[in-house]
Amino acid sequence: MGMTKSELIEAIAARGELTKARAEQVVNCVFDAMTEALQRGEGIEIRGFGSFTVRPYKPYAGRNPRTGQPVPVPAKRLPFFKVGKELKELVNNSRHIALVDDDDDDNHDD
Amino acid sequence: MTKAEIVTAVYTRLGGFSKKESADLVDLVFETMKETLGRGEKIKISGFGNFVLRDKRQRQGRNPQTGDPIVITARRVLNFKASQLLKQALNDERSAGDGEAG
Repeated sequence: MGMTKSELIEAIAARGELTKARAEQVVNCVFDAMTEALQRGEGIEIRGFGSFTVRPYKPYAGRNPRTGQPVPVPAKRLPFFKVGKELKELVNNSRHIALVDDDDDDNHDD
Repeated sequence: MTKAEIVTAVYTRLGGFSKKESADLVDLVFETMKETLGRGEKIKISGFGNFVLRDKRQRQGRNPQTGDPIVITARRVLNFKASQLLKQALNDERSAGDGEAG
């Protein structure tokens, strides 16, 4: 369960009557444009979906939780998402459908 | 940035789509994501982040205005977990980071 980027591309190709290659360009362009806006420190507002913001963090002294050694954490900027009202309600209304929490490897990246 | 600027990016960068087609496609991307999340499915966009759903149990809370105790009903919520690549993109080549990314 769940949708990956390639499955999103396939869905856009089918629903938008595009080739997969063309749908891939569209999906990549959307997320590229969003990433660039966040890089500029700009928020993104998608009505009915939600908004993304960038929050700055000051440097602080952290600790390695295993060894207790102090670790300096540099200043950083992190992206945040706030779900829009419409999507928030849509998601909450899907509560009767059980979540399939396949693996919880939500940090997965590539 | 709003959806209109994402539409402009699709229109100018990809070529071959009219403005109307570009707008429809951008709408389709967000509409498809909404429908997927509305079916209780999470979405993983590699290089950007994951939109994950969590079921929260009913719990006791307080009205922040009055301090009165209230019951927060059980609900399903959507969280976004940014990918390491996106976090790096926000901290590379900027004063903020020192290259110590993820």
